[in-house]
Amino acid sequence: MIHDAIVIGAGHNGLVAACYLARAGMKVCVVEKNDWIGGAAVSRELYPGFTYSNCSYVSSLFRPEIMRDLELPKHGLQILPYEGGAVFQQGGGYLGMFRDHDANRREFARHSRRDAEAYDIYARDILRFCRFIRPMLMRTPPDPSSLRPRDLSELLWLGKQMGALSERMRARMVQFWTMSIADFLDEYFESPVIKGYLAVSAIIGTALGPMSPGSAYVLLHHYMGDVDGNVGAWGFARGGMGAITRALTDSLKAAGGEVRTGQGVERIDVTGGRASGVVLANGDVLRARRVISNMDVKRTFLRHVDEAVLPGEFVRRVKTFKIRGSSGKLNIALDSAPVFPALPEGAPNVRGDLHFTDSIERMERGYDDWKAGRFSRDPFQDVMIPTMIDPTMVPPGKHFMSCFVQYAPPKIEGRDWTDADRDAFRDTCLNQIETYSPGFKDRVLHVEVRTPRELEAEVGLTEGNIFQGELTFDQLLFNRPVPGYAQYRSPIRDLWMCGSSTHPGGGVMGAPGRNAAAEVLREAGMKRGMRDAYAVL
Amino acid sequence: MTTLGHFRTPLLQTPFHPRTAAANVLSRWGPWGGYMAALCFGDVDMEYTAIRNAASVYDLCPMVKYRIAGRDAAAYLNRLTLRNAATLPVGAVHYTAWCDDDGKLLDDCTLFRNGPDDFLICCQERHLPWLLDSAEGFDVQVAEVTQDIAALSLQGPCSASVLAAAGFDVEALKPFRMARFAFAAGEVTISRTGFTGDLGYELWIDPALALPLWDRLMTAGAPWGIRPIGSDALNLARIEAGFIITNLDFVPAHQALREDRPRSPLEMGLGWMIDWDKGHFTGRQALLAEKQAGSAWALVGLDIPGNVSAEGSILYHDKRTEAGFVTAAAWSPALKASIALAQVKARNLPGGNLWVEIYALRELQYVKLMLPVTVVERPFFNPPRRRATPAGRV
Repeated sequence: MIHDAIVIGAGHNGLVAACYLARAGMKVCVVEKNDWIGGAAVSRELYPGFTYSNCSYVSSLFRPEIMRDLELPKHGLQILPYEGGAVFQQGGGYLGMFRDHDANRREFARHSRRDAEAYDIYARDILRFCRFIRPMLMRTPPDPSSLRPRDLSELLWLGKQMGALSERMRARMVQFWTMSIADFLDEYFESPVIKGYLAVSAIIGTALGPMSPGSAYVLLHHYMGDVDGNVGAWGFARGGMGAITRALTDSLKAAGGEVRTGQGVERIDVTGGRASGVVLANGDVLRARRVISNMDVKRTFLRHVDEAVLPGEFVRRVKTFKIRGSSGKLNIALDSAPVFPALPEGAPNVRGDLHFTDSIERMERGYDDWKAGRFSRDPFQDVMIPTMIDPTMVPPGKHFMSCFVQYAPPKIEGRDWTDADRDAFRDTCLNQIETYSPGFKDRVLHVEVRTPRELEAEVGLTEGNIFQGELTFDQLLFNRPVPGYAQYRSPIRDLWMCGSSTHPGGGVMGAPGRNAAAEVLREAGMKRGMRDAYAVL
Repeated sequence: MTTLGHFRTPLLQTPFHPRTAAANVLSRWGPWGGYMAALCFGDVDMEYTAIRNAASVYDLCPMVKYRIAGRDAAAYLNRLTLRNAATLPVGAVHYTAWCDDDGKLLDDCTLFRNGPDDFLICCQERHLPWLLDSAEGFDVQVAEVTQDIAALSLQGPCSASVLAAAGFDVEALKPFRMARFAFAAGEVTISRTGFTGDLGYELWIDPALALPLWDRLMTAGAPWGIRPIGSDALNLARIEAGFIITNLDFVPAHQALREDRPRSPLEMGLGWMIDWDKGHFTGRQALLAEKQAGSAWALVGLDIPGNVSAEGSILYHDKRTEAGFVTAAAWSPALKASIALAQVKARNLPGGNLWVEIYALRELQYVKLMLPVTVVERPFFNPPRRRATPAGRV
């Protein structure tokens, strides 16, 4: 049997692409090396009765157009907005975040009356950037060196978007794309803890510090999503992040598609300059008219394609593509809800993101450790307890805590991580939480620790980079992943890319998968069956 | 555990809350500047009638207030705002506004001069970062004092009589002037200002004395039928008076998401405020350029046929081309007319031929009306008693 398309990797982007292709009438098979589906949008039960969000842990970027096209709500997907959040300060204080605008302003005013009002101007500016960038997410980047009518018209469209802005706004935008988040926040705020909170989105998943130029854009990447029109808001997938890939799998099956787990791809077969199928780890050969890789660009081309069939320049570019791992993760089963004495009783902040890094300086010091090849001694943690909102993941009264940890380098001082390193990493994180939540460690039933080593080995993310390549300006739009290959095609005919290594990048967004499917269908001369991007506000 | 809990009371209560809550029989509240504000105390028609017939009391505490004090206070305000603050006498008030560098409105306000170097800005939105940044190079202190001052608006043709009965003789007080009176252990400042386009006063007092002041006014005003009013009734009165509200009739430049949303004072009918000769002020260059080149928009008052309020309606030129939009509209009980404030593209203004498309709700079903509109002078309603000094006694 020859499949119309084989998709490598049952992560969210692979499944999104597969769904669109199957719905358009293609015979699609998704192959997955793990025994479970999900890639980095995965929920597994690693402790009896507890469902984890093992990798990604919150949702905002996942495009509602895709959810609607693929009927994911019908297949059980629910996104729950979350409340609040807090940064705990050294010395017992805190900065709380509230969904209510006035409550939030008054809380910020406790730290700086000026900042409390500056926040509105800041939020307005960020929203302006979002309005600019959002329409680009669901479009194939134009090739600026091409004279094809479609590339020219897309370039023209891009130019029009730019031209619609005032001169000042254009200048501001270019500043923003290239600045460090620390410098950008200094233009609005004075309070260290407010800046410490707001800088978070600029470093998550990125091997940059808050003082590194280019980090400001990363913040935008985390703000351009929405939960039901609430731009910049984040939420939980009910049932854990695996609910997203479960719904996608059900949608795929309903459209006649197939997912095979437990056998990874050993090699992508190239015959006569075209991708003709894959060879699985067990030796099985699957034939296909096209192969679509949801693996990152390094893994796809440096591990699973014979280098001899690739142009040298392409290989060189893939090798230098920045994909440095910067983070780890702790997934914790808790016997009872942790208590944070700094917070007022009944505060909704525990239903949001909890941080312990109360200044940009501390965050940057954490990055210094990464540069030296060590995990941060005083790490930044983005701690969430989704079970404060989601009743489906654990038994009543118990909790699941997700701790995203930064910074963790791909290698420890140049050598591979050891189990001892991993345990030390775990203890560093648990001890930090214990400082702000006495008795926390006694509540712990089980901890899954994921350093870049585990992220690479289990999920297949090269160097453990959660975005399949860093989101720096030099690696975005028509430069992602490689100039000349930003339109989801590769140098090999019928071998396509659909993962986060491609435009518009990482996060559980689905846009790369959707855009790749659009290109595949366009080339096949088939109807695309997908809606255009919704307007922003 | 700390005792902080903004989440329990996201909206603050004003110092008058014990009285307004007791009077708000329908519990109709809305958020205003971070406070609970009464939208209506039970009967909007009777509340409006109190404004135009007798005396009404409106809780003004949520108005954002900044104290501007220091040797350079007048110079600072001259740089910041459109009118000449230096010529504002001590004990006087003027209505003014301020812009960003592009000459686009940030807010309008009433500016009170309490002393040679002591002013109070009273406005709709919060502006601390802008006011602080603008203070660079001036010997001036800027402080938000919203919570430190309780304010009540007493409006209506009988308001001077009520104040006299309450022991405050304001008969000789001219419009836009203020006077101080001893009250309880402190004092109350009364300015002849307001937002109804009628005879009226605003009372400013230490929050600790708020409730005694309320009680004094209510007792003294009982023979005149004084009653508390909510924002709904006030909104009707202000439309009749032709007054604009920041964020209802224009988007302040600092909040605008779309770059084409901000408006200049020239575009909002506030060009008369601009003192071109007082020296430099923020936005002057841009406004001068706009004055020469012409504005893109104009704020106008509209008279609309029929009796259906045109709220949220779109304006057309020649029934076809979009020419603007209504920002505020009402059936005016005082004028027996359907009136509106609207932003119109300046190029569509000469020659008329303006139409409004109204969706009229007729028992759950909208009916589309296309009606010709007439641009009229503002204020729509401007009774002589508003300015008469001595103030009329009823």
